[in-house]
This record gives sequence, C-alpha cells and structure tokens, in this order.
Amino acid sequence: MSYLTGVGLTPFGKLPGRTTLDLMSDAATLALADAQLERKDVDGLLVGYSTTFSHLMLSTVFVEHYGLNPTYAHAVQLGGATGFGMAMLAHHLVASGAARNVLVVAGENRLTGQSRDAAVQALAQVGSPVYEVPLGPTIPAYYGLVASRYMHKQGTTEADLAELAVLMRRHALMHPGAQFKEAITAESVLASKPIATPLKLLDCCPVSDGGAAFVIGKDPTNGYRVRIAGTGQAHTHQHVTAAPSLTQFGAGPSAARAQEAAGISLGDVEYAAIYDSFTITLTILLEEIGLAARGQAGRLARDGHFNHDGKLPLNTHGGLLSYGHCGCGGAMAHLVETHLQMTGRAGPRQVRKAGVALLHGDGGVLSSHVSLVLRNNA
Amino acid sequence: MSDPTRDWTQGSEGIAYQACPACASVWYFHRTFCPRCGDPRPQTRQAAGTGTVHAITVVTRAPTEELRAHAPYAIALVDADEGFRLMGHAAQELRIGERVRVRFIDFAGRPVPRFERTQD
Repeated sequence: MSYLTGVGLTPFGKLPGRTTLDLMSDAATLALADAQLERKDVDGLLVGYSTTFSHLMLSTVFVEHYGLNPTYAHAVQLGGATGFGMAMLAHHLVASGAARNVLVVAGENRLTGQSRDAAVQALAQVGSPVYEVPLGPTIPAYYGLVASRYMHKQGTTEADLAELAVLMRRHALMHPGAQFKEAITAESVLASKPIATPLKLLDCCPVSDGGAAFVIGKDPTNGYRVRIAGTGQAHTHQHVTAAPSLTQFGAGPSAARAQEAAGISLGDVEYAAIYDSFTITLTILLEEIGLAARGQAGRLARDGHFNHDGKLPLNTHGGLLSYGHCGCGGAMAHLVETHLQMTGRAGPRQVRKAGVALLHGDGGVLSSHVSLVLRNNA
Repeated sequence: MSDPTRDWTQGSEGIAYQACPACASVWYFHRTFCPRCGDPRPQTRQAAGTGTVHAITVVTRAPTEELRAHAPYAIALVDADEGFRLMGHAAQELRIGERVRVRFIDFAGRPVPRFERTQD
C-alpha cells in the first residue's frame, strides 16, 4: 500500500541557464510543497539519469546539492520507462517498510545543454553499437521500422497517426507549461518534414528542458488520497533487431499485471496516461493494452474519444508529443497530470471523472514496459 | 573468403550468425553461449545473404554531420533465410515482403550490408 502524496512539474521547452540539478531541485521543491513535507521528512530518494550530466552517483550528488539525508537512495536507468519504474520501486519500498516518504525526481536541460546533434547521437546509442549504430540509424529510424511493420499488419495509415499528434497538441494548448503553443491539423502533420518514414517531424516528440518530481509515501500527508493500487512490468529485448515481434510487445502483459494487482479491468479505467514518444508509440500502446481496438486508435482520437471531455481522457497535459520530453522527467509529467486530474486540480483541462487511472511507459524501442494503476480513495 | 566467421562488423564482407548444436536455435548478435538454452558451444556460420524484407524506413535526418552527406538512406530489418533477423542498408524502393540479396557498400569508411531486390 502506498500513496502518491505530492507532485511537481516545471514548464518544458527552452529553459536556458537551468542545469540538470537546477531542474531537479525546482521539481523537488514543488513536489515537497504539494505533499506538505520538508526535506527532513524524505527518507528515500530515487533519481533518473541525465544525458547532459552523466554521473556514476547522481542520487548522492542530488542528496548533497539539495540538502537531503535519506536512509535509502540510488538512480534508476530504464530509458523512457524510468519514471514509472521509479514509481513502482517507490511503491514497493514503502510497502516493504524500507522507506516512509520516497522523493522521486528527474530533470535535464536536454534541449539547451547540448547541441541537437549531440542529443540525437546520445539517444541513438540505445541501439547496438556493433550491429546497428554503424548503419546510421536514429531513434526515429528504430521507431520508423516498427511503424512500417505495424502499419503493414494493422492497416494503420499516416493520417491515422497524425490524429494522435493533433490530439496531444489540442491538450497542450490548455496547459501553460507546454512547450508548443500553436494549434496543428492532420494536414500540417502530414506535410511536416520527413524524419524517418513513415514518421515526420510532427509525429516525433521534441527535445526539451524540464524537470518533474513526486512523493510516494506510506501515509497520506495532505488532503489527497491517491493510492498506487497495482503495478506491472515486462521486458522482452533491448534492440529492435532482436525484438521477438514488431507487432506484439510487452505492453499487454505489463498492463495486465498492473490491472490484476489492482483488482480492476480495462472497463474501470477513467483516465489514461500513455507514453507517446512518437505517434506510432502511442498507437501501438493504446491498441496493445486494449484501450483501442487494433487499427482504431487514430479514428478514436479523431472522434474525440480521448479528449479531456471525451469517454477516456488521455494525456491531458499534451504528452511527450506536445508538452515535451526532457528524458526521465518526460513520462513523469504524465503521472503529475494524472494526480492533478484525480485531485480535481487540472483547471480548464479538468476531466469529469478520474477515480481510476492506468499509466503506461516504455523505454528503448518498446523494449521495457512499466504499468501503474492509481485509485482515488478520497 | 571461406572463413565462416567473416563479418561486416569486423571490417570484412560477410554476415556471420550463430547456431546452437543442442537446441537448434539461431541468432545474430555474437555470444559465447546459446541465449535460449545456455549451451556453451555455439557454432558460428556464414549466411548466404538472402532473405525477405521485414521492415523498412528511409532516414532523412541523419544522426551526425559525417552521415548527413549520405542521407536519405534506407535501413531495413531483413529476415535471413537461415532464420535470424538483421539490420542493413537497403534500396529505398523496397517493400515489406520482397525477396532481397546482400551486397556490401562503403558507408562512412566501412563495409556495411545493403539489401537489394532479387528475382529468385
């Protein structure tokens, strides 16, 4: 049993002059204030990694910098799944009694802290240095390969993918912290410049500066009662070349484990927070988890099903595609937004009902999967 | 050229893969054991260089300044006839399901496999 007691999120985008430690600190301060806790209350610390500030011991660097004195601390590395992986670990640490209040924090000046080429190259290293990287692939190329096969099998079109980019932008326009402030249409997505077929610029999340944090604790520390009700993972491969399939991934089994642990089924889910590094990622995850039938994610998005006032609100902050992606903090923004929705604090984006939420993150090339179910017991 | 271990990742024109003498599984990334059953005696074999396109993407935005001059280039995942999957360069017009054969091209100063359409 554990509670998500507080959340913190910085704006994403260009935040010149802010370092990894600055952004981590900003987010941590927001999360502690939200949880009504002080530094001395934090006895567990989990941090993500930063490509602009690689360090063997980022957790203790942050302990020293921010002024903490935890009895448990380390960093976690699971690519895009890191944030939800840390949430799952914090949940188990609290449940086991190893810690009472675990601060989870990540931040990175991924956009302004390095050149765009450096960011693209750093990320491409999730590929095999021997069998893939020498061929000149990029992260969009790995996902472009997946997209080509998935679309071949399911009949998904580029216009279907575009609907998910449009949906995320529509939501981002309601959040003042989002990186992108201009509306887009399916036509503008389809006309955006090619990156790695079938993916175009607006099918890809941006590189951002930003930070995110949350506190997971044994007991409620404020008026909120959002509980982590179930968690699950699945890991099938690292490299796209070695993936067992390009049309079936670990998302289904991972989400099923989290639902089973929480004692819920998909029909109970009132809010969804799903990793969206690319439009194809979101499409595959929605369809494999079962939140959309195979081949139907784009149509449902177009019909308003995933709107903030739709049947199943999805990533109402705008997701990685439009709120932005600063590395480990990227998916953590999905969790922050989920908490705001579950506690009725999402302002103009507020959904009608968010008593049960399903969150899913993936890392690598759909390699690592982590799912969470949150329940509001208020 | 008869060395079955010759491989483009080592700078020679060839595609090596491995097979397990115990459980008969085959795989691409070199190891000293079978990833399926753990047998410590995998055999390294030379692939014929023929297969079927499983997935393909055309990269327009190259990752480095050095590779920018080569873009756009196509990258494919090919199901080799021996039963393993590998990544290589590819002719841009290829479609999923088409039969291909490898030749080796120079890419940024090293030989890399490039798959092209065959009639067989």
